[in-house]
Amino acid sequence: MIETDIIIIGAGPCGLFTVFEAGLLKLRCHLIDALPQAGGQLTEIYPKKPIYDIPGFPEVLAGDLIHNLMAQAAPFKPGFTLGERCESFQVDDDGKFIVTTSKGTLHKAPIIAIAGGLGSFEPRKPPISNIADFEDKGIEYIVRDPNFYKDKKVVISGGGDSALDWAHFLANGVAKEVTLIHRSKSFRGHPDSVQKAMDMAEAGKIKLITDAEVVGINGSDKLSSITIKHLPEGETTVETDHWLPLFGLSPKLGPLADWGLNIDKNSIEVNTFDYSTNIPGIYAIGDINNYPGKLKLILCGFHEATLMVQSAFKRIYPDKNYVLKYTTVNGVNGF
Amino acid sequence: MENIINITLIDREGKEHNLEAPTDMNMNVMELCKSYELPVEGTCGGMAMCATCQVYVLSEHELPEKSDDEEAMLDQAFFVQQNSRLGCQIHLTNELDGLRLQLADSVD
Repeated sequence: MIETDIIIIGAGPCGLFTVFEAGLLKLRCHLIDALPQAGGQLTEIYPKKPIYDIPGFPEVLAGDLIHNLMAQAAPFKPGFTLGERCESFQVDDDGKFIVTTSKGTLHKAPIIAIAGGLGSFEPRKPPISNIADFEDKGIEYIVRDPNFYKDKKVVISGGGDSALDWAHFLANGVAKEVTLIHRSKSFRGHPDSVQKAMDMAEAGKIKLITDAEVVGINGSDKLSSITIKHLPEGETTVETDHWLPLFGLSPKLGPLADWGLNIDKNSIEVNTFDYSTNIPGIYAIGDINNYPGKLKLILCGFHEATLMVQSAFKRIYPDKNYVLKYTTVNGVNGF
Repeated sequence: MENIINITLIDREGKEHNLEAPTDMNMNVMELCKSYELPVEGTCGGMAMCATCQVYVLSEHELPEKSDDEEAMLDQAFFVQQNSRLGCQIHLTNELDGLRLQLADSVD
């Protein structure tokens, strides 16, 4: 069991800055994020994009901002649970929260700060009505273990790096047969990934089907074939053991939607006094919260984090007096 | 009116909305839809990275070429047709007066 003062759900810019502000109050933090690295959408979606509205930075790359926030938080030694999604929470006998992740890791703290941004990033699922019936029965959105596909027939859909790279990898003596299906003729992956996959298609190791998409899934208790719609017309059926639709990730509110929080339009309603939710001890800050006048800006999230930790401090230490201190006077004293 | 154009947007229920769009506010179709509180998520904020603002272009207006980012995103999106565009990549200009658009289905 990981114990801390504040469990921060979401290791994006807002969550990271919470570590700093909490640290000034001598509160320790542990961050949990479904992605395998810190930074949220800044590192996952647009690390090389410049941001122009961070006060004091006329221009900063999203990836650099995260790097700086990590350095700023470092004196306060935050803990990280990465690559695990928060699933549920319960309240222990001593009134503290216990948060469980998708891998079963347990975290305990008197305060939860949800800084989940747009939600957790999850695979984009093709809109085929019976797709859920075949998940993990032949359809996988993520390749967890390539050997799982040893000597199997595999169909991969998608035109990006992950589709190309896995097609190339699995066709190289792992799977019995690899078919790559893409909606257009051109692939958008890294030129090197495209070239490798095209070379293998030419050598007959990957069966390439372009201008086509999968529209049907067939099988009884597990996947047996897929139906492909060709552009401009025509349908064919391909027998396969597995179908990997690799269409990238999109953010979803996920299990947080079932936590009993007041939710409106995919965001969590908070009181702007201290960004508390309807559950005492649980706060929501940054893009994931909602209040009259809300703006989804990183700089607003920083402000929310700062006020939120003051309230968290008073909740943990109701009898301690606290006076705001300036970092210019005392510096940053870590743990 | 000067610097105001009219755009027709058909929502996912088939209802037509007439939108008055300012062309001097550096806005795009995704932002315009949000300002009218139409059901457009605009998850990525307009960076051509989520396709939640996908529209079908129904009129013959000449639109700017798709950027590589937009092409790449449409490659990964669902419900894509020949006339698909990302709303966030259509910037409102006076030339687009009378534009007719339809919201694409969304899985997000």
